[in-house]
Order: sequence, then C-alpha cells, then structure tokens
Amino acid sequence: MASAANTTGIPVTVRGLRKSFGGEPVLKGLDLEVRAGEIFALMGPSGSGKSVFLRHLIGLEKPDDGEIQVGGEAISNEGIGDRFRLAMVFQSGGLLNSLTVAENVGLYLAEHRLKPATEIERIVLEKLALVELGPEDAGKYPSELSGGMKKRVAIARALVIEPQLILFDEPTSELDPLVALTIGREILNLNQRTGATTVVVTHDRDLAFGIADRIAFLLEGEIVALGTPEEIRSHSHPLLQRFLKAEFR
Amino acid sequence: MFRNLGELILLFTATVRALPRVWRERRKVGEQLFDIGNASLFMACLLSLFIGGVLSLQVGPVLVERGLGSALGGLVALSMCKELAPVMMSVLIAGRIGSAMAAELGSMRVYQEIDALRTLNINPIHYLVLPRVVAIAVALPCLVIFSNLVGWLGGALVAAHNDRIAVSWTAFFTNLQQQVEFGDLANGLIKSFVFAVLVGVVSCHQGLSTLGGPRGIGRSVTKAVVNSFVLILIMDYVLTRLLLPFDDGWGI
Repeated sequence: MASAANTTGIPVTVRGLRKSFGGEPVLKGLDLEVRAGEIFALMGPSGSGKSVFLRHLIGLEKPDDGEIQVGGEAISNEGIGDRFRLAMVFQSGGLLNSLTVAENVGLYLAEHRLKPATEIERIVLEKLALVELGPEDAGKYPSELSGGMKKRVAIARALVIEPQLILFDEPTSELDPLVALTIGREILNLNQRTGATTVVVTHDRDLAFGIADRIAFLLEGEIVALGTPEEIRSHSHPLLQRFLKAEFR
Repeated sequence: MFRNLGELILLFTATVRALPRVWRERRKVGEQLFDIGNASLFMACLLSLFIGGVLSLQVGPVLVERGLGSALGGLVALSMCKELAPVMMSVLIAGRIGSAMAAELGSMRVYQEIDALRTLNINPIHYLVLPRVVAIAVALPCLVIFSNLVGWLGGALVAAHNDRIAVSWTAFFTNLQQQVEFGDLANGLIKSFVFAVLVGVVSCHQGLSTLGGPRGIGRSVTKAVVNSFVLILIMDYVLTRLLLPFDDGWGI
C-alpha cells in the first residue's frame, strides 16, 4: 500500500527476541522482519505479548536475549536515541494531561528547541488539521476530549516528528466502530503520505485486515503465522482460524 | 530496601548531573515554586504560630518559676531555628507537596505519559524531576525563614499575654537578639536544604516507580510520605551531630 516513490520508512529486523516477567516467558524467541514503508499488523489475543514486543522496538523494554535492528542499527540500552525518527501512539494516547492539545502536539519541537514559537504554532495547527481537528480544539485539555479525539491528537503529535517508523498500540481499542474506521483511515493515509514504516499492534481483525500489507499472528509469545491478509485468512493454524472466525452466534 | 536505596542514589546523581539545564527549565521551576508556596504558606504560618506559642507555654512557666523568664526569647528562638522549623516544615512539605508529586508522577507513569516522553526523546529526569527537586530545595529554606519569624512571633505573643509567664515583647526579643547568631539560622537552613532534596528525590522516585493502576498510585503516595518522614528524622540526627562542632560559632 505504501508507494515506493515517497518511502522514507526504515526496516525493522528482530532476531531471537526473548523476554520474561517474573520468570514467566512473554516473548519466546521472536524472529520478524518489517519492510521499509509497509504497514505491518501484529495481531493476537490479549496477553499474547504484542504490546511488550512494541515496547521493545522503541527501547522502552530491554530484551533478555535477542537483537532488534531499526534501520539496520541495533537498539542499545539507551534506545534508538536521535539516530532515527520514531514515534509511538499509545493505547491510552499517552497525552500529557497538564498540557493543552497544542502544547502536547508541539512538545517535541518546543522541548528540543527545533523551531521558534510562532513556527511551532503553525506546524501544530497544520498537523491537527491533518487529523481533522480544528484550531478550536488546540486550547482544550486531554480531559475535555473523547477517546477518538485523544487518539487523533496522539497521531498529530507523532506526525510532528515526521517519523520514519511509527508504532500504534491498539489504536482502535475503546472506540466505537465509526471512530475506529476513521482512525484506521488516518493510519492508512499517513502511511501513503509519508511512507513511514508502520507497525500496528491490535486484536481488531477488521483493522488488521483493512489496512495491513502483511500480518503476523502472535500466540503465547510466538509467531504462528505471517503473511499477506489473504495468506493469513487461509492459514491452517486452528487457533488462528478460531480467532478469525469467532462470532457470538 | 537496598534496591530502593540504590535507585534513590541513582536518581539523585542523575538530577545533580542535570543541574546545568536548570536555567533552561526555569519556567517549570517557577510553576513548581508557585504551587509549593500556594499549597503550603498558610499551613506553614498556622503551624509555626502554634509551635512558637506552645514552646512558650511549656517552657515559660518553668523558667519564670526559677527566675529565668528573661531567657525565654532565646530558648524559643533557638529551638525554632535549629530544630522545629526545619523539621516541621519538611514534614509539612513531605505531606502536602511530596505526596502530590508522587501522585502526579505516579499517574503519569500509569497512564503512559512518561513512556510518551521517552518516545519523544525527552528525558523524564530533565523534564519532570529536575524542576521539582530544584523548586523544593529553593522553597523549603525560604519557608523555614518564614516559619522562624512567625514562630518567634507566636512565642512572644503567648509570653506576653499568658499570666503565668508575663514576659514582655521587649524582654523576649532582646534576649532573642542576644542569643541567636547567624550560625544558628544557618544550621536550620542547611538542614532544611538537605531535607528538601530528600523529600524531592524520594517523592519523584516513588512516583516514577509506580506500578499497577490507581491502587499503585495510592501505594506510591503512602510510601513517598512515610519514607520521607523516616529519612527526615534519621538525617536530622546525623546533621545535628555533624553540625555540633559549629555550635560555638561559624567564624563570622
């Protein structure tokens, strides 16, 4: 789905990634490659280790064993630092509640003193417009926003970094289907516009199959299936098929 | 316990190393100073007035009975500036400000705000810990000076108006002037500075290491306050012992 012409994304390579919490293995030797510029969805039931995997990619967790390379460079103990532009949209949005929407979105530029205040203000409004939020929302605090708006502000904050790799942790959780659809489209548009490598962790089947170039299915810390949406749909793993076909009636 | 202590030392070291950035973070330090003053000034005033008063009330009649009423001013003043003001103000700050800091940082940790800062390549120690520790280290000694003045006033008020004591304002403050030296004030200020850093680092550490949901935040707040109290009292003894040789004068 990402056009090769505007690709600024970077590849991610994971080899033998292991992580345990309190002696309980959460990731059991994960091997994975995410291609530059693609939308990669990591799907799996709750507690399968998806979010833990994502936190490793951005250096928020240290692996017990194994190696992660982002853009061909191994992530050190200090994370990726400023070698590449990475952004993550957290499940809860991760917005700073003491700051307004505009301050949240412009935080990266203001704290690193990359632009003057007037320029930051312009960029903030521009990025908010990209996620369909107006100047009237800029002065609001996160507590005044709906779940969907918080996610969109978090996406706008990620956009400011102009990331080469953007990670989404359960972007549609706690959202109604229409808002979830909007967020899914935002991710798709973002990927097409910027060419950033996009990793989406989700247990939302519609989202994964609707936007991803490739999907991996994670079960109890192991990848049991990996391929295009069509390949995943026809995969024979019984638990994957149960996950995909689960219905109330 | 040793792990906690190790983490505390590491956080303290990282905060000290971040000190050259303090001018850059001056706006946040100012905001914290405003919050500290706003939350504690009235309580400090009330507390100090009554501590000074109760000191006079406890010691005054005994001194007057033995014909030593004129020494009351110095005794109240020295007790306030060397011991009671620094300890009581630190306890007040630990309870009112330290707990709020632990709760705020704890909730930021639980709701992934601190992770978000890290992904934006913003160091949480620079952004969150440094302004808080610096503000508390500036505010507490100022609060102790204020507490001394109000406490002396409270002591003099009770001394003058209680029938069993009846030491005049003039006698009280004359003796106070004769007894209290700069070194005595400095003693209390040094203590309060150390206590301030302790309260700031302990509270921020507890906030940053919060795990779990709202219950975890509650646990962190309790731990921040209790640990601060314990460390204040232990350090009070250590500092009093260390500062004893200077009691005969600071050479000023």
